[in-house]
Amino acid sequence: MVSIVELPFPVIVLIFGALLLGRYLARENRRAAIGFTVAVVVWAAAVPLFLDSSGGVIEDCIIALAYVVMALGLNIVVGYAGLLDLGYVAFFALGALVMGYLGSGFVSSAGGGEGIHIFVSEATQSLPGLHVNFLLVLVVAVVVAAIGGVLIGLPTLRLRGDYIAIVTLAFGEIIGRLVLNGDELVVGGQKVTNGRQGITPIDRVDLPGLEPFKSLELKPWYWLALALILLVLFVNSRLRDSRLGRAWIAIREDEVAAASMGIPLVRTKLMAYATGAAFGGMSGALLASYYNTVNADQFRFAFSIFILAMVILGGLGSIWGVVIGAVLLSFINSYFIPDVFNEVPSKIGLDFDLTQLSFGIFGFLLVIVMVLRPEGLLPERRRKLELTGSVATADEDIFEARA
Amino acid sequence: MAMLEVSDIHTFYGNIEALKGISLEVEEGEVVTLIGSNGAGKSTTLRSISGLSPPREGSIRFKGQEIGETPPQDIVRLGISQSPEGRKCFQRMTVRENLDLGAYMRKDDYENDMTRVFDLFPRLKEREKQKAGTMSGGEQQMLAIGRALMAQPELLLLDEPSMGLAPILVERIYETVAEINKQGTTILLVEQNANYALEVSSRGYVLETGAVALTDASSKLRENPDVQAAYLGGG
Repeated sequence: MVSIVELPFPVIVLIFGALLLGRYLARENRRAAIGFTVAVVVWAAAVPLFLDSSGGVIEDCIIALAYVVMALGLNIVVGYAGLLDLGYVAFFALGALVMGYLGSGFVSSAGGGEGIHIFVSEATQSLPGLHVNFLLVLVVAVVVAAIGGVLIGLPTLRLRGDYIAIVTLAFGEIIGRLVLNGDELVVGGQKVTNGRQGITPIDRVDLPGLEPFKSLELKPWYWLALALILLVLFVNSRLRDSRLGRAWIAIREDEVAAASMGIPLVRTKLMAYATGAAFGGMSGALLASYYNTVNADQFRFAFSIFILAMVILGGLGSIWGVVIGAVLLSFINSYFIPDVFNEVPSKIGLDFDLTQLSFGIFGFLLVIVMVLRPEGLLPERRRKLELTGSVATADEDIFEARA
Repeated sequence: MAMLEVSDIHTFYGNIEALKGISLEVEEGEVVTLIGSNGAGKSTTLRSISGLSPPREGSIRFKGQEIGETPPQDIVRLGISQSPEGRKCFQRMTVRENLDLGAYMRKDDYENDMTRVFDLFPRLKEREKQKAGTMSGGEQQMLAIGRALMAQPELLLLDEPSMGLAPILVERIYETVAEINKQGTTILLVEQNANYALEVSSRGYVLETGAVALTDASSKLRENPDVQAAYLGGG
């Protein structure tokens, strides 16, 4: 496929930004909000038509979309239920590992060396190892990540606030270490992971009725990621307005009061962990196939912080805020810092690349946002109220007649 | 058989024994009050009954059923709801959203109860769409009681409804408490401000350092010189 016209990247971003801003400003007007939502989605779907389909920009776009899925997942845990999770990378790892196991030659003994193949294209059918259709892998990744979320959630149930953060941080780190050293861990004659070398190559996504995805024709990847986002957006917004969503927000507001209302704390919190983790796993499976490798260097603590920063930057609990935050940080990380401004330090006579400063830059941006707009770029209405404060009426007004 | 029978419960916070064998009874239709100073164990007793701080020993029976180890959400379902200490309204939710959460366990239509709460507290009706956090202490207290009523309780636990309120408001709140009782809800009340509590209740328990020091009809307690000296500001 050749693009219709190649638009410069900044133009694409500007249009996207303008549409999202419109969506935000129109949020009180239901019909206008729906109109803008449709416009945002149509524009997002049309973007690849204006891009070189094997170029760097569309690559960055696909990664940004995958990050949006993860950020929306983390938003459920941190934004809705108020459980600060610093180990979200664990679910990226679980999803990616599921893709690695079920879509590569890694499990080489499968089917007696012949390989096991479930609904995959002919090209793959002669390869050894496990090869399962991507849609099934996606389902397994979601289930495995959700179970992982519950397991990580369980020990935090008795904890609050910062302590939850510490426990989840540790779990994220444990999974990262496990992937790193998994090549020395042999279970039933099978290595658990390939450590730093990574499990590679991974099967390309292969959807029923379509050609298997290729590495030089990136549009289908983009549209698949966008489809996942639409699914996640739908689930996110339905959950927010559901009984469960109200229970999450009640727990975030006041745990004791929520319990007095008859909200089952254990079940409700575990549901938040499981749902959030499921999206992480989904995105992890997609990214594993897209990157064509599952290796230990992908699963670092910094990644959890990266995703968390997207959620905070955009606005905790705000769906559109999180989308913006994720897209913005992702592009700053994979486009603006390495491609646009990387040479700046050397041009002014300094001897380093800007990429070395990435996390310093994210930190700086977060600080700026926290100072200028502590509730995030597009805040959730409820949270905005908390941070801007408000005047309480005096008891004296309640009854005019006073003794 | 009393509606609520608490016998010899011991409740701990970590290793600290907050309740050292409390026993009390509430008959159907009564208003019973627990009075006592700070740290006497009044709130802990309510938290034990509602399942928020379950007792380590002893038994709590509600309508004959043991609930000492029942989780809070099931206790709400059985018909006990509470207005917690310090009101604890959901600050960033509107009055209506708070009341909706009070009815969280219910699957039936609860619009009737919403109307009932608005009749009891017309002020809440006026502020239906206002965030709880922007309301005064008195209004939030009304909301906390209203929210507890949304669960359609047979037994209502009220934890210090007068805390931090102007005297005129305390009087209004207690008038409404009496009205709620008249409509058929049994009430167990905790108060530091014993005057009003003893006026509206039929019986009272005086708690001291985690144990029941004295129990009597409320009218008798009001005349008891020790109680007057310690809790009624007289002497």
